Amino acid sequence: MVQQAKEKAKYKVIGTRPIRHDGVDKVTGRAQYGADIRPTGLLYAKMLRSPHAHARIKKIDVSRALAHPGVRAVVTSADLAEQPPRIADLGEGSFTNMGFLCMNVLARGKVLFKGHAVAAVAAINAHVAEEAVGLIDVEYEVLPVVLDGLEAMKPDAPLLHERLASLSNPNVRPGGLMDESDKRKGSNVANHFVFEIGDIAKGFAQASIVVERWYKVSAAHQGYIEPLSATAKWNPDSSLTIWCSSQGHFTIREQTAKLLGLPVSKVKVVPMEIGGGFGAKTQVFLEPVVALLSKKSGHPVKMTINRTEVFEAIGPTSGGYVRAKMGVTTEGRIIAADATLVYEAGAFPGSPVSGGAQCLLGPYDIPNARVEGYDVVVNKPKVTAYRAPGAPSGAFAAESLIDEIAQQLKMDPIDFRLMNSAKEGTRRVSGPVFGSVGFVEVLKAAKAHPHWKAPLTGKNRGRGVAAGFWHNGAGPASATVSVNADGTVNLVEGSPDIGGSRATAAMQVAEVLGLRAEDVRPQVADTESIGFTSTTGGSGATFKTGWASHDAAQEVKQQMLARAATIWNVKPDDLKYEGGVISHKSDPALRMPFRDLAARLNDTGGPIAGRGAVNPRGVGAALSVNIADVEVDPDTGKTTVLRYTAIQDVGTAIHPSYVEGQMQGGAVQGIGWALTEEFYFSDKGQMMNSSFLDYRMPTALDIPMIDTVVVEVPNPGHPFGVRGVGEVCIVPPLAAIGNAIHRATGVRMHTLPMSPNNLQRAIAKKGDDVHWTVPTSNGASQSMKAAVDAEGIERHE
Amino acid sequence: MQAFEYVSAKSVGEAVGVLSQHGEGARLMAGGTDVLVQLRAGRRPQVKVLVDVKGIGELNELSYNDRQGLIIGAAVPCYRIYEDPTVIKRYPGIVDSASIIGSVQIQGRASLGGNICNATPSADGIPPLIALGAVCIIAGPNNSRRELPLEQLFAGPGRTTLQNGEMLISVRVPPPPANSGAQYLRFTPRNEMDIAVAGVGAAITLNAAKNTFVSGRVVLAAVAPIPLLVPAAGQALAGKPVNDETIGKAAEAAVAAAVPITDMRGTIEYRKHLVGVLTRRALQGAIQRAKGV
Ligand SMILES: Cc1cc2nc3c(=O)[nH]c(=O)nc-3n(C[C@H](O)[C@H](O)[C@H](O)COP(=O)(O)OP(=O)(O)OC[C@H]3O[C@@H](n4cnc5c(N)ncnc54)[C@H](O)[C@@H]3O)c2cc1C
Repeated sequence: MVQQAKEKAKYKVIGTRPIRHDGVDKVTGRAQYGADIRPTGLLYAKMLRSPHAHARIKKIDVSRALAHPGVRAVVTSADLAEQPPRIADLGEGSFTNMGFLCMNVLARGKVLFKGHAVAAVAAINAHVAEEAVGLIDVEYEVLPVVLDGLEAMKPDAPLLHERLASLSNPNVRPGGLMDESDKRKGSNVANHFVFEIGDIAKGFAQASIVVERWYKVSAAHQGYIEPLSATAKWNPDSSLTIWCSSQGHFTIREQTAKLLGLPVSKVKVVPMEIGGGFGAKTQVFLEPVVALLSKKSGHPVKMTINRTEVFEAIGPTSGGYVRAKMGVTTEGRIIAADATLVYEAGAFPGSPVSGGAQCLLGPYDIPNARVEGYDVVVNKPKVTAYRAPGAPSGAFAAESLIDEIAQQLKMDPIDFRLMNSAKEGTRRVSGPVFGSVGFVEVLKAAKAHPHWKAPLTGKNRGRGVAAGFWHNGAGPASATVSVNADGTVNLVEGSPDIGGSRATAAMQVAEVLGLRAEDVRPQVADTESIGFTSTTGGSGATFKTGWASHDAAQEVKQQMLARAATIWNVKPDDLKYEGGVISHKSDPALRMPFRDLAARLNDTGGPIAGRGAVNPRGVGAALSVNIADVEVDPDTGKTTVLRYTAIQDVGTAIHPSYVEGQMQGGAVQGIGWALTEEFYFSDKGQMMNSSFLDYRMPTALDIPMIDTVVVEVPNPGHPFGVRGVGEVCIVPPLAAIGNAIHRATGVRMHTLPMSPNNLQRAIAKKGDDVHWTVPTSNGASQSMKAAVDAEGIERHE
Repeated sequence: MQAFEYVSAKSVGEAVGVLSQHGEGARLMAGGTDVLVQLRAGRRPQVKVLVDVKGIGELNELSYNDRQGLIIGAAVPCYRIYEDPTVIKRYPGIVDSASIIGSVQIQGRASLGGNICNATPSADGIPPLIALGAVCIIAGPNNSRRELPLEQLFAGPGRTTLQNGEMLISVRVPPPPANSGAQYLRFTPRNEMDIAVAGVGAAITLNAAKNTFVSGRVVLAAVAPIPLLVPAAGQALAGKPVNDETIGKAAEAAVAAAVPITDMRGTIEYRKHLVGVLTRRALQGAIQRAKGV
């Protein structure tokens, strides 16, 4: 169902549902994914990974592996130049601490999590490589592990990085080390920051109800179907070609070039089709390693990792802790809010705690608020981004609390949210002021939906509702459009296509030129064949590459008009372009469809191509509301989702089917996170369930049809009103399910996941109240403050 | 994955011969859904020879007669079992388990023989068979054969009492007595593609009036080192009236017998709790079937 706020049928192509351009290749299995590339002379590589979650590497002896007749090369961190632990601006606003990235790619000195890459072998086939990995002898000194964020903050906790600096800046995720001259002890707290607006003391004093709750949130894996694969060919002229599936081949190029000390122009990255990423495939893991193996062996080298390696070494999102407190007036206005988020970053700094902190109060207009975030390292794989990074866990806390407060006030939970809803002009706790947003529209659509009104009867059943906010992102993008003689156009762009962005960019070109979507042939080109394009992330590809494609198409349109003017010997201004036809404003005899002119280009002045290169501002914020009906088996604690509706402001739905697909996919991932997905670590930090059999993502049998309501409040910041749609959809489900469970059982869950085991225990105990405190009265937090002052890093306001 | 020899055996004698020759170094393969996974994960480093038994006629037998009962060849894949009209009619308790192992794809390969000989405590195929009184037909060196009640086959997690050179040929399940019924229930967080947190197989026989238990057998999965027959639960049923109290007593006996561990699939407390829930539900289900409703 698509609900448009503005007038209907403004567009011819946008809003329709053409078959995607890459569809035939994908459904017939012909699409080439990461592992499908096989250059001549290819060798196969395998990684040796740490069996310990924390250990000092005392010695690595590769001689037995090298002596194997099938082995062609072995690399360790000794082959990879050490990088200073400084934050590098990779040129597109993406900041990475190269020192940490380097140590994540190949462990140096210490291994920091089970599965940490230690060495790699290239051999004549994958089986020999696997065998040879077993011939590498590593001597470890096993160290104590710390796996929990709060434990890691204690003064006596084992330190992962002895000299880790505690920054105080929500905008610097990658963290850093203390200066050489600084002799104080490091800590596991990589970042500690505060967002503040208004005066919370005053706010809470005015409130008639104050509720404070503590939550324990859990890590979840993206669960993309395609395990990582990278192939490299080190060419005789010291240039490097890499084939891999990633969310951004340009960032793979920058990161690889930096780590290997090459200029970016010497590294070409060819994007393969990607089998899902959800944020995880935005940094290098294998690429520098296969490059070094190729350099040493003189052959192209491919490494494809398996599911266990994906689970153990390619980070999920953070687990951790969230506390939320709200003060509300008797009428139901949230007048004050206070929250603390402690997110586990894994082995290196960079949890999405800033995202969580910026988003948990996002949907609401709260005059007095304070949100504090901690980024803490623990002996687990470094977390990677996952769909609206950081937001779902924060929203689980805030939206559960809001549900509880609405119940206390005996208010309808949607009315309660409507009363507090953010609108254009509302300032968020993190600073930015909302432009045009559709939260009120989304809430009204939810309230009007038959699902919300349908009676829910039967034992142990309950209906929950929750909202979610995500700020979205963009970045630079490039596109070119060239005209073919048969009246079609080629679109060349640089956004790896995860969610249908080829089709949505092509549709924006078709809209501008008055062509059919099928008349545009989109292609995602390698780093040498298209201008810089930032990573497909932040729900930004349709926004930014769509914009670049729009601009390129506009340029083609202008040139076509100019060409027709030349042919007819009239002024371009006297011509108009409508529905793919160029005509004279007053002379009806002068009329030429795009197709006819396309056939004549070479005879009338030469080919026509347009380009678009943008770095747009004005991404629209995204807001979503989900309604869930569940039934809980009180004997087993198992929750069955009976009915589910996702309602979201999507700006303009370029291709409504793909928007709906994003909404459904996000809901399913959120439901899995809420109910069954869980990382089990032994107390030694070994992941016990590193397979899809035991890491329980929902299957088709566990999920009902996800109904969607596409609410269109166009984003004025984009030529076609596009707003990112891919991420916010995973934000509401956790609390929507939790709130439904509460109404079904009377038990309010504060712990994720709300697995049968956890829920049954809570039902038996009539609650799962959680309480925790941030370890403050110790040296760690003081030295943290001191380190911040010493470095003079500003607090973000 | 380690290198290994592959032998496609055409007779029981050939398979037994390879097993006798290689001892620990040889392993049989039916559907391969356990053994290949284990080889890939490096969990059976000693295996040098894999003997495919799907080509042996006897291991593919699936037949029924009123005297012997049901013969399930050790390599018969699950789908053949749960699609067989006789099994559907007379042994719905076996259909319960054969139709939930893995997924449709897995069921196309996975055998009950493999499920039994893999001997994991969580195996779904085993409890209903034990509950129904299944007997193993075992072949060994020099054309020897022996029979063993299924519950006596298990030595510990992943270990059977099969001797060097022995293999399972089939299991024989006695014909179901009049007024009897069986059910297998497992608990998994997901509805498919999951391993039992706990499972209970129950088989009961009622008197002609269907108001008193004549006998009953309750077998637990995933809550002990081996599939666990609970004689005390059977004793709690025999001769007692069919009512909630009797069923509750049997469930208590099952809970008392369960000795689960805490792992990624569930805690001790939760698993014991589930044993009680599932025993009650499986007994209710078995009673319904015995009553023919
Ligand atoms: C994705 C997935 C899901 C699964 N889900 C379930 C589930 O829900 N429930 C469940 O119980 N199991 C499950 N399993 C495990 C497995 O599928 C079952 O145990 C199956 O029944 C094994 O049968 P098979 O024929 O594939 O055995 P194989 O792998 O061929 O053999 C298993 C073991 O038995 C031995 N063996 C085989 N035949 C004989 C014989 N005749 N004599 C002596 N030894 C023999 C083999 O050497 C091996 O050690 C799952 C497995 C996978 C991969």
